[in-house]
Parts: sequence; C-alpha cells; structure tokens
Amino acid sequence: MSTQPFRLPRGGRIDRARPHRFIFNGRAYSGYAGDTLAAALLANGIHLVGRSFKYHRPRGIVTAGVEEPNALVQLGVGARSEPNLRATQCELYDGLIATSQNCWPSLRFDLGAINDRLARFLPAGFYYKTFMWPPSAWMQYEHAIRRMAGLGTAPEERDSDRYDKRLVHCDVLVVGAGPAGLAAALAAGRTGARVILADEQVEFGGSLLSGSAEIDGRPALDWVARATAELDWMAEAKLLRRATVFGYYDHNYLAIVERVADHLANPGEREPRQRLWKVRARQVVLATGAIERPLIFRDNDRPGIMLAGAARAYAHRYAAVPGRRTVVFTNNDSAYAAALDLIEAGGPVTTLIDIRAEPQGELADAVRAHGVEVIGGSAIVATSGRHRVKGVEVMRLTPDGTGVAGPVKYRDCDVVCMSGGWTPAVHLFSQSRGTLAYDSTHGCFVPSRAAQATHVAGICNGAWTLAECLRQGFTAGTAAARAAGFVEVAAAAAPPAPEPTATPPRILWAVPSDRAGTTSKHFVDFQNDVTVADIQLAAREGYRSVEHVKRYTTSGMGTDQGKLGNIPALGVLSDVLAADLPSLGTTTFRPPYTPVSFGALTGRDIDALADPIRVTPMHDWHVANGAIFEDVGQWKRPHFYPRAGETMRAAVDREVTAARTAVGILDASTLGKIDIQGPDAVTLLNRIYTNGWTTLEAARCRYGLMLKDDGMVIDDGVTTRLAPDHFHMTTTTGNAARVLGWLEEWVQTEWPDLRVYMASVTEQWAVATLSGPRARDVLAAAGTDLDLAPTAFPSQSMRQGAVAGMPARVFRVSFTGELSYEVNVPARCGGALWEALIAAGAPFGITPYGTEAMHVLRAEKGFIIVGQETDGTVTPLDLGLDRLVSKTKDFIGKRALLRPDTQRSDRKQLVGLLTEDPNEVLPEGAQIVVERRPEPPMPMIGHVTSSYFSPTLGRSIALALIVGGRARHGETLCVPLLGKTVKVEVAESCFYDRDGARANG
Amino acid sequence: MLRIPCPYCGPRDETEFAYGGEAHIARPQNPATTTDADWADFLFMRKNPKGRHRERWMHARGCRQWFNVERDTVTHQIVTVYRMGEPPPETPR
Repeated sequence: MSTQPFRLPRGGRIDRARPHRFIFNGRAYSGYAGDTLAAALLANGIHLVGRSFKYHRPRGIVTAGVEEPNALVQLGVGARSEPNLRATQCELYDGLIATSQNCWPSLRFDLGAINDRLARFLPAGFYYKTFMWPPSAWMQYEHAIRRMAGLGTAPEERDSDRYDKRLVHCDVLVVGAGPAGLAAALAAGRTGARVILADEQVEFGGSLLSGSAEIDGRPALDWVARATAELDWMAEAKLLRRATVFGYYDHNYLAIVERVADHLANPGEREPRQRLWKVRARQVVLATGAIERPLIFRDNDRPGIMLAGAARAYAHRYAAVPGRRTVVFTNNDSAYAAALDLIEAGGPVTTLIDIRAEPQGELADAVRAHGVEVIGGSAIVATSGRHRVKGVEVMRLTPDGTGVAGPVKYRDCDVVCMSGGWTPAVHLFSQSRGTLAYDSTHGCFVPSRAAQATHVAGICNGAWTLAECLRQGFTAGTAAARAAGFVEVAAAAAPPAPEPTATPPRILWAVPSDRAGTTSKHFVDFQNDVTVADIQLAAREGYRSVEHVKRYTTSGMGTDQGKLGNIPALGVLSDVLAADLPSLGTTTFRPPYTPVSFGALTGRDIDALADPIRVTPMHDWHVANGAIFEDVGQWKRPHFYPRAGETMRAAVDREVTAARTAVGILDASTLGKIDIQGPDAVTLLNRIYTNGWTTLEAARCRYGLMLKDDGMVIDDGVTTRLAPDHFHMTTTTGNAARVLGWLEEWVQTEWPDLRVYMASVTEQWAVATLSGPRARDVLAAAGTDLDLAPTAFPSQSMRQGAVAGMPARVFRVSFTGELSYEVNVPARCGGALWEALIAAGAPFGITPYGTEAMHVLRAEKGFIIVGQETDGTVTPLDLGLDRLVSKTKDFIGKRALLRPDTQRSDRKQLVGLLTEDPNEVLPEGAQIVVERRPEPPMPMIGHVTSSYFSPTLGRSIALALIVGGRARHGETLCVPLLGKTVKVEVAESCFYDRDGARANG
Repeated sequence: MLRIPCPYCGPRDETEFAYGGEAHIARPQNPATTTDADWADFLFMRKNPKGRHRERWMHARGCRQWFNVERDTVTHQIVTVYRMGEPPPETPR
C-alpha cells in the first residue's frame, strides 16, 4: 500500500481518522472518507486514469466534478459493475474497486494507441466516408470499430440492486446549494413555503467548498453551516444531497436522481440504491452554477493538464495537491485566485501565463508577491510528456491573437492548470425552453427569458461575484415564494462578501501554435477526441449548422455531452466561418443532464410489477392441470393443456377433436363485457353497430360489427337484450377497454341527449363455455333448472337460472360452430362452476381447450378475429359480411362505405386458402402472388391472416385477404417462402358445416 | 409532462388523460347527403397549428369525462379548459 505522497499534512474536508483502502487497476491504494476516487488517486500521485475514445491517448483527471470528460471508470464487479462513472464524483468507500476503460492490454501500454499515429487518416467523418461500401459489410466494420472505440462494459448479470421512485409536490424547488441556491432556499423557506433544495454534491456549499472565500467577514463555510442548520429546522424544507436534477420538463415537472447508497461499501437492506424523485413544483429557482472551460491549445490533453478550479478544489477541499511544479495558463482572473489557493495549501506554482497582455491589479500583484513568474500576452504553444505532462513551451501572442512570435521559453512542470473562463450551467434553463443571450465579455450564454415559472440566480445567471450571487439568491427565493403565494416575514438581506476587483477575460477560442497541420491536436472535446482541425474540416466541407457539425465531428456527444467543449467548439466554428457566435446558436440541451441508470428510471416496475397481470377465477385450476399460458393483453389465458409427453400440435388436435365429437370447455371469462342500460340503449346500439337492434326481443342474442366512421371494422361481438332497456354487450378480449371508451366518447361528445349508461362488467362475470355435441348433456348433468330443449332454449338466446346451484346467465351462442352454452356466473363462483362442469362432463369425455384450439375451431368455420383478419383497413364488405350491414338505418361508418374507395372491386377480400400439399401449414403473414417470378419484384396481391392444421378436415386451412379475392374462387395462387413456393387454391372462407346445422340443432 | 386542469377533478398529471384530437369537428347532420369530398374532409382533415389549438382530452384514469382544452402547441401552455357542449371561452391572445 502506498502512502499518499501528494496528500497535504493538514486541511481539507476529509476525515483522516477514517482511512479507506481501494483498488485501482489491480493495485491497492489508500485514501480517506470524504475523498472522491479522483481526489484519492491524485493524493497517490496518479494522473493517468484512462485512454481516449478514438486515438487511445493517455488521459488524466481534468475536472473535480460533474463535467469530467476523461476520468471515467468501471466501478465494482459482477452484477453491481457500472461503466462510465466519473471518478471525480465517485465517493471513496472502503474496498472500492475501479478499473480504467478503453485500453488493452493495459492502461500504460495500450495497443489501440496506434490510432494516434494514424490520426492523419482518421479525420472527422472518417467512418462515414470509409465504411460506406459495400453496404453489406458495415456489420463487420461496426463490430471492429465498436471494439476499438468505446467506453465501459455493460454488466451481463442482472442488476441485483433495488431502486425506488417518489412523486412529490412543492412550492419552490431550488436546484443547486451553492451560495445562490442556499440564499434562495433560505429566503423561500422563511416564508413558510414548502421548499425542496437539491444538490448533486455530498454536502451543501457548491463552489464555496473548494475556495477560500469569506462572507460577512468570516470563512464562507461558516455561513454555509449556519444556512444549512436553519434549513434543517424548517418543517417544510426538504434537503436532498447527492441528488442531481437531471430533467426540466413541461409545467414545472422536474426529475431528480438521488444516489442513496452508491457511496456505501455495504448498502443496507432497507434502502434503495438510488431514488428517482419526480417533482411538480409551483416555482423553480435554478442556481446551477458554472463550469470552467479548458483552453484549446496544442496537446492540451496530457495527463496533468487540468482545470485551474479543479486543482484548487483538490488542494483546498481534499488536501491533495496535483503536483510539485505547477504552471498556470489562463485568460481570466479566476486562475489567479486558484494559484493563490494552491500556494497557500502547499502546492508550488512556478509560472503563470496569461493570454491578456500586462496582467495588473491586486491579484497579479499578490501572485507575483509569492515569487510566481507572470508572463503576459503569451500562450502555451506545445506540451511534452506522454503519461504525464513534463513541460511547456511558451511564445508571445501576436496582438490580434491569431499567431505567435518571438523566442520560445521552456518551463518544466508536472501540472498545468488552465482556465478558459466560465460557462454558466444553463442546461436545465434551456431544457425548460427558456431563451439564452450571449455575453460577449465572458464568452458564454446566459439565461434571457424564462418559459416557465422559473427564476435564475447566481453565476448560472451571470452573477460573476460572490456578493452578486448571494443577492440574486435572496431575491429569487423571495420572488419564487411570493409567486407561489407566500409572503416574506422579514426582509432577507444578502450578507457582504468582498472580492478583489475583476479584470475582464480575453476570449481566444483556439490558442495558436507555431506548428500547425493535421498532426497538431488542439482538443476541443476530450471525450470524443474532437480537435480544432476536425471542426475546421467540417466547415471546409460545407457544414454550417452547429447541429450538423456536432453530428459530423461528434463534438458534444458522449457521456459528458460537451459540458467542457461545447462553447469552445462554437467559438472555433464562429472563427472559421467568420460568423458572429450568437448567430450560430447552441445545440439543443436535452435531458438528462448527467447519465441516469435504467434502474432508477424503472424503479420497482420490473418483473410482475412491470404491467398488471390479470387472471380469471379459474386460473388456479388451469395451473394445477398443466396449462401452457398465452398473454392476451394483460390476461393470462390457457393456450393449450398438454398431457404428459404431448406436443403442442398433438394437444391442440386432441382438444379440437373433443369439441367436434364430444364436448370441450373453454375459460371465456376474459371476454369483454359491458352492461348497457337506459331508455335510449337500443338507439345507441343501432348507431354503433352496422346491423339493426330495434327488433331484437328480450333474451335474444345477436352478433354485431362495429366500425369507425371511416368504415373500417374495429370490433365485433354478441350483444344480448336482457330487458327492453338493458343490454349485455361482449367485445374482443383485447378490445374491452377501448370499446367502452368508444361508447363513452360518442355518448359524451356527440349524443349527450341519449339517456344511456354503461359500465364494464368484464371482471364481474366468470364464463365457462361448453362446446360440442354433448354440451347439452353436460349442462343437464351439472344440474340446472333451465329447460334445455332446443325449442325452449334455441340458438341465439339467453336464459337466467341456476347451474350447479349457482345463479347463472346462460347464452346459447357459438364461436366454434358446435352446440355451445356460454355459462356466466358471478366471478366469485367461477372456480366452483368450472370444477362442477368438469366433474359433470367426465362421463362425456369433457376436455378443456385453450385459445389455440379455439382459434382452429373458429377458423374451420371461417369466423374472423378482429385484429387478425382485420387491421384497421378492412370493411365489412371486404369480409363478405354484407348481410350485417343495414340498408335502412344510419350507423357509424355507413357513409364511408359509400365512398368510391370502399366500393372498389379490387379491394382485398377475405377468402379461404387450401394448400396443394394438405400437410403444408402456411406461416401467418405470408405474402401471396399470382405467380412466382425468379427475382423480385412481383406484385403481391394479399397475405395470409390465419393458418392452422385442421384435425377435423385432416388438412391445413388458411384465411387470407386477397385483391378481388371473392372473384378468384378456384384459382391457384403462389405463396413464395424461403427456399420454396407453396401453391394454394382459393376457397370459401368457411371450411366446415356451411349451413350451420351443428350449432343450431 | 403536462399538468391538465380537469374541469371536474382539478389539476392532474398528463398520464391520467387520453388525447382526443382537434375539438369542434362537427359530424355532418345528414351523412347520406354529404358529398364524398365533405365526408373525407370530416374524416381526415385536421388542423396542425403552431400556436393555440382547441383539442379534446378525456380524464381516462379519473372521472372518464371528455372535455375541451385550448393549448399552445409551441409552449404547451394550457390557456383554458371547458366542458363538452360549452362554447369556447374568449381567451386573451
């Protein structure tokens, strides 16, 4: 175990009493509680942590936070392993295991680095240009490219963690707990408003945690502690730490992911790993801070080159100095403050290079007073060092900043701290569709006009001093609370926070070098290896839109979404196009702000909780009797009931044969059932169904077809008149809710004058259907007070009475073509009814049959299934059901049936198909042609909608929709399949018992 | 996710509602005498405005009532809601 040679002897917000051991790339190291993985690595002198995406260049830690592009690691092993985590945000815990990504065989010796030497052959758009031809080879190329260019590895095991979700409402959601956010939360909370304050860091304070600012004459962190304590006391304030607000959606709906247990070595059983907060806020205060920009100079990506603010954070907050000889390179004041902090913490700074000429003022004087060499009007033109920066070359900038001149100064170093200015984190503001304005002084976009109930405060709103951040925070918090209906009790004044006078930055997007050319790499986007040369190439090739340049160069893609590079990339593009930067606009900010795990989004909605599972009252019997289930919507329906050793085909044949020759029993409880009542119920049915209902007598049943107003079939089913103003409608299993909605829509929106009421009774009735020549015998044997004689209980009628001692409605309707009774009993009686019928039917050979046998039975009869024979483009005329279409009354869809298009004789019509080989079962969906040609194209005239082996007929049968099908009876057509062509004869769609004697007897 | 003020239940999340397309599409009184072109217009033609749009919604996982919403398709601002059969309220532009 190493000894943390770069750890400062004192200071920092780490707990030295709690050392943590961790493993990085197989080696053991130590750090402290309060460290991030990145801080602990730096304390151990480790900068090299990864390889870049495309060129496999060695990369180090660039930032100290959420914006990190390089230091991505694979954390953990096995099912808990997670790729692409930012080492700058991974809290250290005892036993943490992390590995570098995208390198092979090892981090220090990576064979993929050959890409760096081949860079001149790998410009922007390389893949688009090179791997286009032949198109069929792309799959092979892609495989190799994906192996070479990549980030971490997704775990293959099932995620073993639990996740949770909460939906909450609040008056004011404050995003970010830096100085502005804390001030806003205080101001809003003091009014009594329900406040949620969410911050992505471990503790509140934001930028104050990483600097040495003072508020009210005392260390700023004292103020943070007092503010946090006051918020803790507020009954209506909820404080969320480790909670990233990642999405700002419509109507002030925001999403937060809280990392509840990611930082724990041994997560508790009762806590989820992460929790998703879905927040509906009356008012939102965004205090999301700012992200420091890199400077875009030659070879600015070597390990050891990091943001000045990050170096400051490591020294100040984590007591880990990044190096022993630090060079600072900046275009603005903030790096001076960082240099002073580093020096004070014990990290020597030797040289400070400022793009601005003649650095003057308090800060420059203070830095010089520490013996730091300050070189103004100059730039780093080259760096050296492969696995760690070793030195820099400095030259004077020409006055216009486009070139360099004069002698080269060499400076040794082991760290370069750069600062290209600060970019307000406007991501959430922009996601909410607020507009942005360009601040040319600071070279960044700031919020302009809010689109929702949004307030912005702090540096993300262009408040460049601490005092202004605090002032804006209090103002925004007060305004948000007032807008939510809460009035402040006492005026909250922002405490004073003096800072040195600022000198404006000098914006220079691409820092020139004395060596140009395609091998010179000024990295704009570290994660995607996009250079200034790539953006210039894209512009030369005609790309103008930032959205196109982004997609062509991949700048701003990846897990960091260009948090560092987007603005510099825009700047470089505006330079090369000689266009005004704000006129180019920005690429669209989309959620999530940082990657969110699928686990957090899914929460507990997995497995059985992913979607409701609906089972019938007879379900337990089906399970006990070995049914194989099929999902029909949310329902579990028995598909077939195989006996020991039986194939599906054998089981279905047996079940079908039983229903044709003896008796079968089907659980039909899932059938949609709607109870319709009211004086105008029959009027409603007349308008909804294609056929007439006025003459239907009580206790009689009728099959009906339902169309949309465009004339296409949407549902069918049998409806029964229970009483003059009371109907029982049945619908397709999968359509039950939709049909009820359809009726409600018409009654509410078009015919509010109708006195009619309807309710779903699908789950109130359990249904067992007896079907087959012995169905009557079984019903009688089960015991019933109904007169089952055909004259007393004819086909298409309903009787109410007792069956096996249970109150029942028995419908004599048939979907199999056999004598059938659909026995409906209250749902609670379903299990008892089923067992009584099975017992009573045993002497008659009763056989339970599933949905597959039901399909075969109905297909033998040519009965359609909505959704199988129809697809929303099929009219009743296409189905040959003209007899169900009333000529005398109006109904939904009638007018459309008279349109020329629905009258065409060459529409696809329903027919039966008989294959030449009786054992050939066509695949459903197969296309049909008149004759097979050697090569496509050949006109396709239809497709197979249903296809089964019929044990009754001893041959295969199929239903199909074929252009002008009814006129083709007897014709032979072809079904081209892979490797063969099947000849079929067009036939009647009803294959069995065409006159219906079996069902009606 | 939109927050829609149901005129019967009050404000609820969009996930409780079903969308019903453009509002105030009158079904021709006498379909039989309506021309093919007019019928096709009724069936298929809908506005797709950039801005204010009157549309139907149903509180599917609530009171199951249909009602009208005037919504700005650019900002998603819900300008007003009103019940079926009520005339659209005058709304400030």
